Amino acid sequence: MIAIVDYGMGNLGSIQNMLKKIGAKVIITHDSAVIGAADKIILPGVGAFDAAMENLNKLGLTPLLNDLALEKHRPILGICLGMQMMTKRSAEGALPGLGWLDAETVRFANGSLRVPHMGWNTVDIRREDPLFKDMYEERRFYFVHSYYVKCADNSDILTSTKYGIDFCSSFAKGNIRGVQYHPEKSHKFGMLLLKNFAELV
Amino acid sequence: MLRTRVMPCLLLRNSKLVKTVKFKNPRYVGDPVNAVKIYNDKEVDELIFLDITATVEKRAPPFKTISEIATECFMPYTYGGGIGSIEDMKKVFGLGVEKIAINSKAVERPALVKEAATEFGNQSVVVSIDAKRNPNGKYEVFTRSGTNPTGLDPVTHARKMEEMGAGEILLTSIDRDGTWEGYDLKLIRMVAEAVTVPLIACGGAGSVQDFRKAVDAGASACAAGSMVVYQAKDRGVLIKFPMQAELRKVLS
Repeated sequence: MIAIVDYGMGNLGSIQNMLKKIGAKVIITHDSAVIGAADKIILPGVGAFDAAMENLNKLGLTPLLNDLALEKHRPILGICLGMQMMTKRSAEGALPGLGWLDAETVRFANGSLRVPHMGWNTVDIRREDPLFKDMYEERRFYFVHSYYVKCADNSDILTSTKYGIDFCSSFAKGNIRGVQYHPEKSHKFGMLLLKNFAELV
Repeated sequence: MLRTRVMPCLLLRNSKLVKTVKFKNPRYVGDPVNAVKIYNDKEVDELIFLDITATVEKRAPPFKTISEIATECFMPYTYGGGIGSIEDMKKVFGLGVEKIAINSKAVERPALVKEAATEFGNQSVVVSIDAKRNPNGKYEVFTRSGTNPTGLDPVTHARKMEEMGAGEILLTSIDRDGTWEGYDLKLIRMVAEAVTVPLIACGGAGSVQDFRKAVDAGASACAAGSMVVYQAKDRGVLIKFPMQAELRKVLS
């Protein structure tokens, strides 16, 4: 069973729809017992950083997720803001992040490029990971974000994407993975990525 | 490289897919969920669904249809039509929609855009602006599916909507809707220069070359209606989308 953490932010329906399509067992929940018993966890998120952290804290889920991610090494995937929440802090807010990786979330500089970075972009693999198993052709995903993750340790970076700069579009540290794009909205590319996540052992 | 987004802009009326010409004469073109399945196969970048009678008939958004579409829509999905409150938005997002589009209500109560952006983030809020040239040649914003002149200038309105927190502007030329004559490039240029958020051009697309022209005029993305539901101008219904390779050739 894959638990999608429902802390009141983000488009959980889409993630559930795609996981169901690939035949995975999935539940949207904020019940700690259900999350604790799940084989895998997805931390979604759309919206503002502080509001997300505050909701997670209010629901009392932060200590549970810390334990599952860091002590029990449960496979956990952060999507978009969910990925950013796994970092130590974000320029978007004042509350501390989960801090599972030595990384922080920063804003795209206002330059010639429009922010948010919105649309389909490709990802370049920096390090092999089961998430990208069987993805041989161009890997194309849908992005929408104004902030991005900066890893202190380059070896945590799984993929990079070009938008003015090269930024980290996926990271992994052991059982903890994050993707800045929305696999649930990225056709066959996202479907394969979520399938790979569902099949992680 | 970020690609230029090209998206079908599909119209709903009583949960059926219709297509209009200059916002009039809605013609039945099929079942929305069936269309979505075809667009999935075509690897369409995004989809926009607008219920063109919800606001006019003072109806709530058609939640059941929105949900049926979401279940099959594995690409970003924007829904607009009849959204009047944060509660409506919560419901719509909960069904699996990425972005909501606000049109009439954004004119009637601009603070709603701000509330939406604060609650859900700018990237989830599209302000849809329908504009028409009035008899003295000036552009004017119309609401309520093009029936209600507002006296507003699209440039001023778009700028204000960006200030309020709109993450994108969907700009539709009422005069070009369903005509296959190409986008209103002058209108696109005016509004694109006035805002920094992405502008989606809509109304008039007849060929992939029109997408190129809209992008050159300042659009970040292109929406198409007739082109993706008809075989050709004045021909039968056919749910279709240009080949990825063709789009890439013209747009990169």
